[in-house]
Amino acid sequence: METNKRTCLYDKHVAMGALISPFGGFDMPIQYAGIVEEHNAVRNHCGVFDVSHMGEVTIKGPDAEKFVNYIFTNDVTDAPLGKIFYGLMLYPNGGAVDDLLVYKRGENDFFLVINAGNIDKDVDWIMQNKEGFNVEVIHESDYYGEIAVQGPESESNIENILGIACSDSAFYTFKTLTYEGETIIISRTGYTGEDGFEIYASHELTCKFWDKLIESGKVAPCGLGCRDTLRFEVGLPLYGDELSEEITPIEACLGIFVKTDKEDFIGKEVVKKQKEEGAPRKLVGIELQDKAIPRHGYEVLSGDDVIGYVTTGYRCISVEKSVALALIDSKYADMGAPVKIKIRKKTFDGTIVARKFYKKSYKK
Amino acid sequence: MSKILEGLYYAESHEFVKIEGEYGYVGITDYAQEQLGNVVYVDMPEVDDEVTAGEEFGAVESVKAASDLYSPVSGVVVEINEDLDGDPGAINKDAYANWIIKVKLSDPSEVENLMDAAAYAKSIEH
Repeated sequence: METNKRTCLYDKHVAMGALISPFGGFDMPIQYAGIVEEHNAVRNHCGVFDVSHMGEVTIKGPDAEKFVNYIFTNDVTDAPLGKIFYGLMLYPNGGAVDDLLVYKRGENDFFLVINAGNIDKDVDWIMQNKEGFNVEVIHESDYYGEIAVQGPESESNIENILGIACSDSAFYTFKTLTYEGETIIISRTGYTGEDGFEIYASHELTCKFWDKLIESGKVAPCGLGCRDTLRFEVGLPLYGDELSEEITPIEACLGIFVKTDKEDFIGKEVVKKQKEEGAPRKLVGIELQDKAIPRHGYEVLSGDDVIGYVTTGYRCISVEKSVALALIDSKYADMGAPVKIKIRKKTFDGTIVARKFYKKSYKK
Repeated sequence: MSKILEGLYYAESHEFVKIEGEYGYVGITDYAQEQLGNVVYVDMPEVDDEVTAGEEFGAVESVKAASDLYSPVSGVVVEINEDLDGDPGAINKDAYANWIIKVKLSDPSEVENLMDAAAYAKSIEH
């Protein structure tokens, strides 16, 4: 059996008594105090996540902008330095290779942040497609550690505890700075629907930041369990649930990150057509009347017909409701329409609702 | 350390049964609730439903996942713990006091196939 990788913070998680589970090829902390406590810490105060499992790839060289635009759905043309783009890499059939962030670090110098479980596949994909482009691709996942500091008190905690000025950073921008002689990256980004920052640094410095934040007593250690409940409540997709090689970004309702008016990019033909004519399936929110909890893979029905499946579902923590994101046949996707979800042996009545179950509070 | 009570019978799938006369109170062990984390929903059978030893009779759901419940004994459900509907988290506070179903046993000798406290304690050692 292949053993999972461990992040630079692994020993600290174990020492703190975290529940460890495999995720994306890594042994990761799922929870410390408990998912509900950690979820609420991020919504109301501040929490820190070890996200060192995320992958990092630099693409630079004379054709870097052109190449990123070719493999990425968003449009990085003439973007200002320090700007970050969310978007996807697609297969020619429109299915997603991965969803990722692209940081514009310099003219023709881009920093890509990719999902842990897709690192090998993404790097292969990038290498396969770079023929004909004058670019250098540098895989840096083994160098970088990463922490995400999330919640309304993130800015003050980073400034006061870590001594990093960040109040001047706008949403979806980053800066590189020198900390104890080392170049680090700090961005106003996250995956929780709250204000927050992500910091990329060496393993040594990542451990140092983690210790300082935890020792302050003001920042709760948070596991991937609440990372998922937090992102779900605000309708953010997770690759493997809402996105896959068989799901297009149009079906996942991510059309605003797919710039079909730019030059050719891989998968463009399919997603352009879907944007114009509608996609066969659509990601919707479903709210159940009952307390039973819909989970990934459960069937969604209209009458007796199976019309799709649940991609993620929870008994929502911030609003006490049983809710799901589900990928269903577009013709049943009208807001307010009645649907059913099959949970074990019974079916439960639900209604199509908006995909955001809780309001985001970004600081823009 | 997980709490294990003397006098109860335990299944490998981490349910317990407490025998009182011809009835058995079935719930999940303290170890099980620790492993699950915050319990947010308990899917219970209905009164008069039959349960069979070793077979699924419901589910207990944490924030993260649903775990099937397997009955340690056979019989008919005579009562369900309706308090858990309004307060499923009670299982996290005291898993043994907050049983899930009360079963009228069809074969009281089935408990001989289950573990006692000492055997269960040994089974969850790592």
